[in-house]
Amino acid sequence: MLQNNTTTESPLAPIISVRSLWKIFGSNQDEIVNADEGDTDKSEVLQESGDVIALNDVSFDVFPGETFVVMGLSGSGKSTLVRCLLRLIEPSSGEININDDDILLYDAAKLREFRRNEMAMVFQHFGLLPHRNVIDNAAYGLELKGIDKDERYEIAKHMLEKVGLDGWEEARTSELSGGMQQRVGLARALTVDPTILLMDEPFSGLDPLIRRQMREELADLQAELQKTIVFITHDLDEAVTIGDRIAIMRDGRITQLGTPEEIITNPADDFIKEFTRDISQTRVLSVQSIASDLEQVFETTARVSEIIEGMEDTGKEFAFIVDNDNKLLGFIDKEAIEAAGNDAPLKDMDLSVIEPIHESTVIEDVVQLTLDNPYPIPIVDDENILTGLATHDAILQAFAENALQQQSN
Amino acid sequence: MATENPNETDNNISKISKIRINKWLVYAGVGGIALIISFILRQVDLEVFLKFPLDVEFPVKSRMNDGLDWLVINGAWFFDGISYQIKVWLGRLKDFLIWLPWPVFSGLVLLLAWRIGGRKIVLLAITALLYIGVMHLWESAMVTVAIMIVSVSISIMFGIPIGILGSRSDRFDRILRPILDGMQTMPSFVYLVPGIMFFGLGNVSAVIATVLYSIPPCIRLTNLGIRQVDSQVIEAGTAFGSNRMQLLTKVQIPLAIPTIMAGINQTVMMALAMSTIAAMVGAGGLGQDVLLSMGQLDQGGAFLAGMGIVLMAIVIDRITQGYIESSQSSSGTTNRE
Repeated sequence: MLQNNTTTESPLAPIISVRSLWKIFGSNQDEIVNADEGDTDKSEVLQESGDVIALNDVSFDVFPGETFVVMGLSGSGKSTLVRCLLRLIEPSSGEININDDDILLYDAAKLREFRRNEMAMVFQHFGLLPHRNVIDNAAYGLELKGIDKDERYEIAKHMLEKVGLDGWEEARTSELSGGMQQRVGLARALTVDPTILLMDEPFSGLDPLIRRQMREELADLQAELQKTIVFITHDLDEAVTIGDRIAIMRDGRITQLGTPEEIITNPADDFIKEFTRDISQTRVLSVQSIASDLEQVFETTARVSEIIEGMEDTGKEFAFIVDNDNKLLGFIDKEAIEAAGNDAPLKDMDLSVIEPIHESTVIEDVVQLTLDNPYPIPIVDDENILTGLATHDAILQAFAENALQQQSN
Repeated sequence: MATENPNETDNNISKISKIRINKWLVYAGVGGIALIISFILRQVDLEVFLKFPLDVEFPVKSRMNDGLDWLVINGAWFFDGISYQIKVWLGRLKDFLIWLPWPVFSGLVLLLAWRIGGRKIVLLAITALLYIGVMHLWESAMVTVAIMIVSVSISIMFGIPIGILGSRSDRFDRILRPILDGMQTMPSFVYLVPGIMFFGLGNVSAVIATVLYSIPPCIRLTNLGIRQVDSQVIEAGTAFGSNRMQLLTKVQIPLAIPTIMAGINQTVMMALAMSTIAAMVGAGGLGQDVLLSMGQLDQGGAFLAGMGIVLMAIVIDRITQGYIESSQSSSGTTNRE
């Protein structure tokens, strides 16, 4: 059942590695877990006892620094899953390896240390302490660790500034709006400087405008802090926006696991397809997927006359100049090259700078660039090597196809 | 859905009323049959049916009395020790309160009423203090206050820890619950006799009886308050690595304070209600005034002293209620979503 069509395998070792995790609410845990797949006994046991399978043989890996989204509707087991990662709910069987250590084997003291240092959680309903003010809430994790007051206040104050709550340290949490309360929740999680941040539908309780703003701020924070994030949501739109990889859950199983692009372009079943319908492909497809072949690319050793010839042949009034490793150096248009004259050596010419886009950029993000720019936009990889061109036509076509597809749905 | 089909709702209603009528018929039938059987048994006149064939009342009663006697004799060192401590502390407190000039005591009460309750409660407190002064009840009132302070302190000292234990262990709670039920329904006079046997006549027996009578609400509401703390907040506390003690002191008890305070308020009220009964074993104070007046058929005097207790109860109740409200609004428990 598990479709692991991950293409972007990280070269790093996974920081979280979950192996055949089961959680059954009820009294017949062993019988159900030990029954074979498709065994009739299992459904019989379930029917007779009224037990519920919340997690059904769940396995996945999360790599350091990535934002891993678990998406599912209510009852899909996603909340149970994230609580198992902290052992707020004890799984029935399976392995949860974090930093190569099975946390299910921890005793109470070790588990406490793990919770204090390695993982912190942000809750849907905030879970703030209403009898404490903002800074004492933010510093709660540090207080548990036994860090003295001055030091923990300093760290908490710093984190509150980061989430945009400076000046609110002394306020009661009940005086704050939902969005601000969740910022306190986020600050509380970040003050302990965890390796992994668990977020259980953190923005679901907020109104849409605030939700979007919080998402953007989270993205900024993530760019700065580079935490590993496990993010739970019931909203595929949210999942696609913030996730590096998404696991889609249904009835306690992971039904598809992949990048947003893989899930949108290639949904594993009708259920997922139904979700992806409202999401514009241009939001997940990278420019690489629409890149046209390289043309009008010349090395610095090329002669000017060669370039002019090329322009005349193709009717294109531009040229990209690369070095001999195919790294993008710059751009030149017809006017400039004609002004220089036929025999001028290329390396002495002033190349105009054109900002390239990275190949993983999604199509939607280059629209403004195309509007500002009459020429195709160069696409480069991590090494600044030119890999393709994003033409106006290709971008327009992507949007048009998407619109047609959504209409036909 | 129901509005689309009015006939269906009508049907449902008639079905429900039919079921109800059937139930009443069954009750009436059972009652009727029981009456008929009783009538027949009376007619037959067999002794087995008219008088319980077995009587174990006497041995149980005498065993209990023997047991109490044994405890009184062999536990004397223990009960005398407690008795002595309470007597000393109660005596000092009583002497001190009587020694305090009335303007000082009144001033302190009014300050407290003003800080916690506001203007209305200050007016109420002035009325009560004036009444007690004018009716020559001052000294009795101070004795009652001393007994209240000592017995309520003991109730809190034991009640809150027992309540916390009850909230943490379901098994302990199951044992505790019937005991508390018993303590609350047992007629309060029953506490007086063992009190006299163990601690002798006087204030100490009164304090012990008052504690036994007034401790249940403190235990119950502490237990309830801690159990009622929002499970999401507890989950968050656990997720950040609280151990049981940290969870208790940093999350559960602070959030349970309003409920615990309500328990203490109930304890105070019940302690005051006990003051007249406790006067029977020699506790002084307003209760004794009521009792003596009644013994002399002086209904007016009994009423005046009784009024003093009532006014005192109202003032204490309002002040503690005011405190509960302020602690609730500051902990934010009332305006959570």
